Amino acid sequence: MAETGAHGSTAAGAAGVGLSKGDTGRGAATGSSVIAGGGTATADAVLSVEGLSAAYGPVKALDGVTLRAEQGRITAVLGANGAGKTTLLRTISGLVRPTAGRVVLDGEDVTRAPVEAMVTKGMAHVPEGRGVIAELTVDENLRVGSLFRGKVAQDEFDRVYDLFPRIAERRGQTAHTLSGGERQMLVIGRALLARPRLLLLDEPSLGLAPRIVAQIFALLRKLVDSEGLSVLLVEQNARSALSVADTGVVLNLGRVVVTDDAARLAGDEDLRHAYLGF
Amino acid sequence: MREFINLTLGGVITGAVYAAFALALVLIWRSTRIVNFAQGAMGALTTFIALSLIESGQSYWVGLVVALLAGLVLGAVIERLVIRPVEGGPELNAVIVTLGLFIAIQALISVLFGVNQRAFVAPFSTIGFTVGDSNLALSPNTLFTLGAVLLVMAGLVALFRFTRVGLAMRASAFGQEVARLLGVRVGRMLTLGWALAAVVGSLAGMLIAAEVTFVAPTFMDSLIVFGFVAAVLGGLDSPIGAVVGGLLLGLALSYVRGYFSDTLTGMAALVILVVVLLVRPGGLFSTTQTRRA
Repeated sequence: MAETGAHGSTAAGAAGVGLSKGDTGRGAATGSSVIAGGGTATADAVLSVEGLSAAYGPVKALDGVTLRAEQGRITAVLGANGAGKTTLLRTISGLVRPTAGRVVLDGEDVTRAPVEAMVTKGMAHVPEGRGVIAELTVDENLRVGSLFRGKVAQDEFDRVYDLFPRIAERRGQTAHTLSGGERQMLVIGRALLARPRLLLLDEPSLGLAPRIVAQIFALLRKLVDSEGLSVLLVEQNARSALSVADTGVVLNLGRVVVTDDAARLAGDEDLRHAYLGF
Repeated sequence: MREFINLTLGGVITGAVYAAFALALVLIWRSTRIVNFAQGAMGALTTFIALSLIESGQSYWVGLVVALLAGLVLGAVIERLVIRPVEGGPELNAVIVTLGLFIAIQALISVLFGVNQRAFVAPFSTIGFTVGDSNLALSPNTLFTLGAVLLVMAGLVALFRFTRVGLAMRASAFGQEVARLLGVRVGRMLTLGWALAAVVGSLAGMLIAAEVTFVAPTFMDSLIVFGFVAAVLGGLDSPIGAVVGGLLLGLALSYVRGYFSDTLTGMAALVILVVVLLVRPGGLFSTTQTRRA
């Protein structure tokens, strides 16, 4: 399987968090044919979403969304409140059941897969509102992230603590004592302990100081470049998201308005004014 | 002085039994945010199953093991079949369902085992130890009761704190959606929570039966009130809180019984409940931090 993303993943990931991609063979076995038609494929799609629709009762939240998240890249999904960004992630991970369309992860159709199984297939979803379990300690929160893998060596936890020294200092405290930024670090660290190939991040910048947002995005970029991690990032903060992403997808009222290179999107003034608010 | 000592000892013993019952309530509250009003009836059913075995000539210990296993199965089956459909819905639905279960199971016991009082022989002597010329309200059997409750509490604390299953159960209880996203099989954890609770409830039934010596299908009923008060005293969420709450309630009621009147204990329990809910709604051991979901 080709791992030649735009940012050339060095799978060994010597110095990093140890996010070596689980089994790189899986996608090749069944994949490619499904995703071959999907536009200008410069890299392999880790995730491809095809004509996905979802509704809350009579209200259509997603209306035939098609997009892909490529290997070793950050794909940002942007749009105003109510555009369907969060619903998109929730439908991809199975928390919301789609009314139509497919979700293909590494060539495997996971549209009907149970939520609990997604993480074992290499996809970690960090939900909106940070999702720390406030009653558990920082350390316990991290351990929940690796539960499904069985026994995990302590140095994997140490590597996450090295990435986020601020939460390392608080590992024995209950998570409700953490600040917003620390919570975001904790949930990202927890997701990394699941050793995902694809990370779904829902509004990581929400309510955080710009400096913290920049830190977190820079770290994401580093993980993507050095470890070959792929990220599907949902953001309302379009300016920050486009500065770190490779590709941008703009959603409006449940539909994809445009998919383009992130830098080009950021430079398109009309589009920015119409959908991105900056 | 001797009266005080005996009231204290008696309070600790009944408190241990309340604690066992409260533990069962706490286990279910933790995992599914439901107060299980059927807990007493479930414990009574498994105790009657054990009693039938004992009456047919088996030893108490065989009866105990069977009661605990029956509890395990009963708890799991009830969660899967009856509770699962109302989980996550309005709280009142779950309350009504457990109340309905309470009535149904109690009726089932009457159908299967009759409504008459039946003698239940304690596994150890119930004659109090004597110190000098005075007879203490402490017998080998009450020591067994106390030891069993403390052992179960320690086991549960160890389970929650030191094992991966325990961590998965806590994660499922406090952050169901997050736990699912992290690959925790939340459904299984909830079933396990109910099963464990029913085991502890069965143990409570066996211990109480040995203390009261005569059992009828309704013998656990009064315990629902006391066990619930004990659990609320402890904050409903913590196994240690449940045991401390149980012991405190047992002591308080024992003094009320000894120094005032036996008829006041039910009222005293409710007064304690009301006061605790007014002053410290999160239980005696709650921090000031209340959680917003």
